[in-house]
Amino acid sequence: MTMRPITFFRAGSIDEAVAAVSSHPDSAFLAGGTTEIDLLRLNVVQPTLLVDVNDLPLTYLEDVDDGGVRIGAMARMSDVARAPRIVERYPGMSQALLLGASEQLRNMASMGGNMCQRTRCSYFRDGQSPCNKREPGSGCSALTGINRGHAVLGTSEQCIATHPSDVAVALVALDAMIRTIGPDGTNAIPIERFFLRPADTPSIEHPLAHGELIVAIDVPALPVARTSRYVKHRDRASYEFALVSVFSAMRVDDAGNVAELRLALGGVGTVPWRAHRAEEALIGRPATPENFAAAADAEFADARTTPMNEFMVTFAKRAIVRELSEVTS
Amino acid sequence: MAINQSTAPAETGLRGPRGEPVTLDVNGATYAIELEPRVSLLDALRDHLDMTGTKKGCDQGTCGACTVWMDGRRVLSCLTLAYSCEGHQIATIEGIAQDGELHPMQQAFIDHDAFQCGYCTPGQIMSAIALLREGNATTDADIAEHMSGNICRCQAYPNIHAAIREVRDADDGG
Ligand SMILES: Cc1cc2nc3c(=O)[nH]c(=O)nc-3n(C[C@H](O)[C@H](O)[C@H](O)COP(=O)(O)OP(=O)(O)OC[C@H]3O[C@@H](n4cnc5c(N)ncnc54)[C@H](O)[C@@H]3O)c2cc1C
Ligand code: SF4
Ligand code: FES
Ligand code: FES
Repeated sequence: MTMRPITFFRAGSIDEAVAAVSSHPDSAFLAGGTTEIDLLRLNVVQPTLLVDVNDLPLTYLEDVDDGGVRIGAMARMSDVARAPRIVERYPGMSQALLLGASEQLRNMASMGGNMCQRTRCSYFRDGQSPCNKREPGSGCSALTGINRGHAVLGTSEQCIATHPSDVAVALVALDAMIRTIGPDGTNAIPIERFFLRPADTPSIEHPLAHGELIVAIDVPALPVARTSRYVKHRDRASYEFALVSVFSAMRVDDAGNVAELRLALGGVGTVPWRAHRAEEALIGRPATPENFAAAADAEFADARTTPMNEFMVTFAKRAIVRELSEVTS
Repeated sequence: MAINQSTAPAETGLRGPRGEPVTLDVNGATYAIELEPRVSLLDALRDHLDMTGTKKGCDQGTCGACTVWMDGRRVLSCLTLAYSCEGHQIATIEGIAQDGELHPMQQAFIDHDAFQCGYCTPGQIMSAIALLREGNATTDADIAEHMSGNICRCQAYPNIHAAIREVRDADDGG
């Protein structure tokens, strides 16, 4: 398919990039292009100006706040995954990165772009089916269509699209902070507020202003994350999005009680899903399979399913119990 | 800066949407061609530079047939704009043989019958050489995982993996 004509601008500085996008209504940043070029070619997005941000000095990783890490928005997934400080401090995040996409895509894809990647819902991607996310008010083809891979948590009557990112699952568990520079200056957005549930406006996925550039992602120090893990269940062994994925970081005290827990899920939510209810249900309680199962039940109490994706609830609960049991043993 | 269509491109740095001169560095040679900004690196190679070794499978990032190297790293040329490649070194399957001699990975693919229709092969080879350079091919599982971005419809995977193992072990030994 041939792409619509576009104008191209290669930004030499952050200010230049922000000014170029914010002063042009139909423009978009271009990072690795693995979402943007794909969707442009599919005619799902229609910017007339692409502002290439690949020359910006945002590929760094640096230490912050006694043990935290600041990740530049243009750092590539493959580099972040193998950076020693990520592997040592947040192994689950490294695993989430390496289990995403393919090595070629990870060499291209930036961390900032990853936060803004779009859903893989096939009705969204086909560029023509009714889809509230692509064309507000047109309806949601997935509600009554093929929705085996669609979300069961955080959905609305307007949209049930799954958030596809793996690394974002790790980042919501780690309480990361998204740092931006936009037309109105700098901003810091706690990651759970960065991903918006569809509610009545599925086309709005982030609180970013037009022209607001993600410049870095801060991951705070968290000793328990040094034993974190990420497991991804999917239809094929590699190069595939998650059906269900689990990020966990848990510390069990000498008495056998859960002292600390960070738990987040991929593949099941309209946003990268922090399992707050499961965490609350487990903190201070004995780390037993029965309690893990009860916590998983609590997390999915409000799940909304379709005949095609209801298996996901059982699947996800079992994935949680199995993962936490393995961590404990 | 103001984005004003009437301002000269040289002043604003805006390029396109019509064709404009672009300089690409491919396999060590410099090419000055005219392209619209919307042209992917893949289409620039195949349709404008007559380098048809790099293949188009899906044009969506899902098959790996279009794998090339940018500054030595394997990337997908279908999701890369040619304009974004200016100032970077591109390497394609056409540049892999040296002085008329096949690259060891090319030879190993022949020796191990690592293809049937051959459509995925240039991408497989560009990926495989990069994989050994990356150093993540210790076990068979490593090879399978790190080659997963290259789909082979003909299911030549066992032979592809055998070819990679052979070159890896020859490298280790030599
Ligand atoms: C076949 C395939 C398989 C994949 N599998 C997985 C997977 O298993 N797991 C996974 O997590 N991901 C997967 N991905 C998605 C991939 O990780 C994302 O496409 C990638 O991270 C996007 O980053 P990018 O740099 O390429 O962004 P781009 O495509 O350049 O940009 C994406 C969007 O973000 C905007 N943007 C980019 N950078 C910034 C910034 N700094 N500030 C503000 N806005 C910005 C762009 O304007 C655009 O709207 C897959 C993609 C493909 C094509
Ligand atoms: S689930 Fe969301 S993205 Fe998919 S068709 Fe419905 S509105 Fe569109
Ligand atoms: S043609 Fe580029 S990945 Fe298929
Ligand atoms: S040899 Fe035919 S697709 Fe791989």
